[in-house]
Amino acid sequence: MRNLLLAGVCAAALMGNPAVADDIKQGGEMTVTYKDDVSTLDPAIGYDWQNWSMIKSLFDGLMDYVPGTTELRPDLAESYEISDDGKVFTFKLRQGVKFHNGRELTAEDVKYSIERVVNPATQSPGAGFFSTIKGAEEASAGKGGELSGITVQDPHTIRFELTRPDATFLHVMALNFAHVVPKEEVEKHGADFGKNPVGSGAFKLAEWTLGQRLVFERFADYWNEGLPKLDRITFEVGQEPVVALLRLQNGEIDVPGDGIPPAKFVEVTNDANFKDLIIRGGQLHTGYVTMNVKMAPFDKVEVRKAVNMAINKDRILRIINGRAVAANQPLPPSMPGYAKDYKGYAYDPEGAKKLLEQAGLADGFSTELYVMNTDPQPRIAQAIQQDLKAIGITASIKSLAQANVIAAGGEENQAPMIWSGGMAWIADFPDPSNFYGPILGCGGAVPGGWNWSWYCNEELDKKAAEADAIVDPAKAAEREALWRDIYLKIMEDAPWAPIFNEERFTIRSERIGGDDKLFVDPVHIPVHYDQVYAKDVQ
Amino acid sequence: MAAYIARRLLQTVVILLGISFVTFVLLYLIPADPARQIAGRSATAQTVENIRHQLGLNLPFYEQYLRYVAGLVQGDFGRSYLQKTEVATLIASRLPASLLLMAGAITCELIFGLTMGVVAALRRGSRTDDTLMIASFVGVSAPQFVIGILLLYVFAVKLGWFPIGGYGTFAHLVLPSVTLGFLGAGWYSRMMRSSLIEVMRQDFIRTARATGAGRAKVLFRHAMPNAILPVIAMIGIDIGLFMSGIVVVESVFGWPGIGQLAWQAIQRVDIPIIMGVTLVSAFAIVLGNLLADLITPLIDPRIKLR
Repeated sequence: MRNLLLAGVCAAALMGNPAVADDIKQGGEMTVTYKDDVSTLDPAIGYDWQNWSMIKSLFDGLMDYVPGTTELRPDLAESYEISDDGKVFTFKLRQGVKFHNGRELTAEDVKYSIERVVNPATQSPGAGFFSTIKGAEEASAGKGGELSGITVQDPHTIRFELTRPDATFLHVMALNFAHVVPKEEVEKHGADFGKNPVGSGAFKLAEWTLGQRLVFERFADYWNEGLPKLDRITFEVGQEPVVALLRLQNGEIDVPGDGIPPAKFVEVTNDANFKDLIIRGGQLHTGYVTMNVKMAPFDKVEVRKAVNMAINKDRILRIINGRAVAANQPLPPSMPGYAKDYKGYAYDPEGAKKLLEQAGLADGFSTELYVMNTDPQPRIAQAIQQDLKAIGITASIKSLAQANVIAAGGEENQAPMIWSGGMAWIADFPDPSNFYGPILGCGGAVPGGWNWSWYCNEELDKKAAEADAIVDPAKAAEREALWRDIYLKIMEDAPWAPIFNEERFTIRSERIGGDDKLFVDPVHIPVHYDQVYAKDVQ
Repeated sequence: MAAYIARRLLQTVVILLGISFVTFVLLYLIPADPARQIAGRSATAQTVENIRHQLGLNLPFYEQYLRYVAGLVQGDFGRSYLQKTEVATLIASRLPASLLLMAGAITCELIFGLTMGVVAALRRGSRTDDTLMIASFVGVSAPQFVIGILLLYVFAVKLGWFPIGGYGTFAHLVLPSVTLGFLGAGWYSRMMRSSLIEVMRQDFIRTARATGAGRAKVLFRHAMPNAILPVIAMIGIDIGLFMSGIVVVESVFGWPGIGQLAWQAIQRVDIPIIMGVTLVSAFAIVLGNLLADLITPLIDPRIKLR
């Protein structure tokens, strides 16, 4: 393997910089390691960051994103049409798309796949995304079955009728939950379809030895010619991240899927051997402190603003070795709708004290800060605790297991403050609406919900609905502006103190090539499996 | 003898039932909600309720337990919440790797432990004896993950003699076996040393010497067979020790056995897998003890099984 690595380096050196995307030759292979077993490769079930992009390589949906970006584009669909009222989406499918079992993919399969996700018997965590399709509510409440809103017009045309205009519907069609599965294979394998996946994606599953390895092989009949670049990807599971790094150094593997372990972060990023192999990029993630607006004194906006001004975010960034950038609003910078010019609440303990005075709390008060109990979260909570102490707020830290913190946040009168680290929101799709409904909207402020600040602004809910009714892609900028406005309004009420946006650090071997963007793709984690290539076959 | 074994096996069933009950209660009491976990963060309350109903998690505790035991009797360990596979399949696919690792570890224990013990006994009081006994002391007390990572670093990364973790060939087996066997080797060498010293003092050894037998013959023909017996009886009990050791060693070396499975399941609160692995390990421990008890009378005829 070490020889192979050298050969790759030499080849790259001889050829200069290999090539613009079009000249890339197919072939070669890559090895990716993970600590945990892959749970399932069923697109209706898989919902963790590890299987998400693996499923994307085995299956396709009607929509997808331009690699390395958040820009939507048709995938299995050749084109789509949206009615003027924004309630009817009609997709024209590509001709000649084949499943791995050789059968041609048709509109019936698309219909079946979505109905399967909505059917409660499937136990899909993604069922809720399709609630705007006509008939979905009835199907998810009852025994499943067909959705009245989905019509197959001919084998290559499918029509979705929604109960209300929904600008996010194209994003929903790009989610794994909307990826197309062949009915006969699902029925053949039953509950074990997730271990025997058959899709229409760029790769097909060639081997799965439980607890040891999975092998993806190039699907020769893939509709998108020239993809994937690699012939083979081997996923080795059960490898500790520290051991994976050693093996990377030895040239045995190409991508440690779990990334750089936090304890090794400083050492690795300063290591000359590794420096050029690390690619840094944004994530659709925000870490924040929630303040429960239903619990005194956080019902006073001055107090919430004071907390925003009291926290020294730079110090927190140092605690996590600079693996993030400071945040001043709910949306992360790589999300459409992010307000670049917004300054937020600057660090100003004196100003914060004055605000507390105005709220009639010149002597401060005592409260509780909930936090998940794994490193580095308690250390971050301690930094926040000290910052709050400086303006007179005494916060005792409640460090609990993840499930307990989530449960406390879902109760109306339980947790005055929560540091979201380790449980924070990572977007399902790159659209600003995905950061609102469940975590800041009235719909999430219910028992068991994720709106831990219990902030409910009816007016903003209305505005959000208005924004999401702007379905016309030509008016995307208008919609984005509306959303930007909504998040800035939220910051005026300050139910959150946004702290930081985590960054991604992907490390890969010298012999794997591709645009840097492919290694920090917002949707494909850790790398875009279909697009990266092997330098040693160029 | 047969009656004894039958009685012990019956006891085993009772013990396993007890363990299953205690584990089930503990896992029932932890605050994680499996239905919510499966449903994901975007689920509605109704979806969560649906899943709870389908899994039977809405039933009263005793009914859930009875269902589980009823499944167990038919060899059904349930389905993993997160891996979406039969727990029995998961365990069965990983058991061979764990058994292989245990066999490797027992071999290491015997080779290192017995050699060290014999040498130390023969050179009793010398500097070699001291060194070996200090080494065995380290073996008994050093944490396995430290030894594992140390061996990995020296012999795999620096010297490149062995692969850096993984599974498949004999070379992969060496380092994890040594790591897992290190602890036992420490115990064995101490036992072997004292047992051999004890035997060498016996009259029959003096007699053997008096007949003019050579040093080697006295040691291997007369002393060893007697001195080794208590060590052999230990192996059964060792299986229990291994059950805790494999969780650590398999994780460090990326060894695809049930210890690694358990560790991943614990981190992700995958209750059916935790239950399954606990029961299988408990069974192995009980079986190991039974083996130890069966071996003892073969070794020392004064002990009778009743």
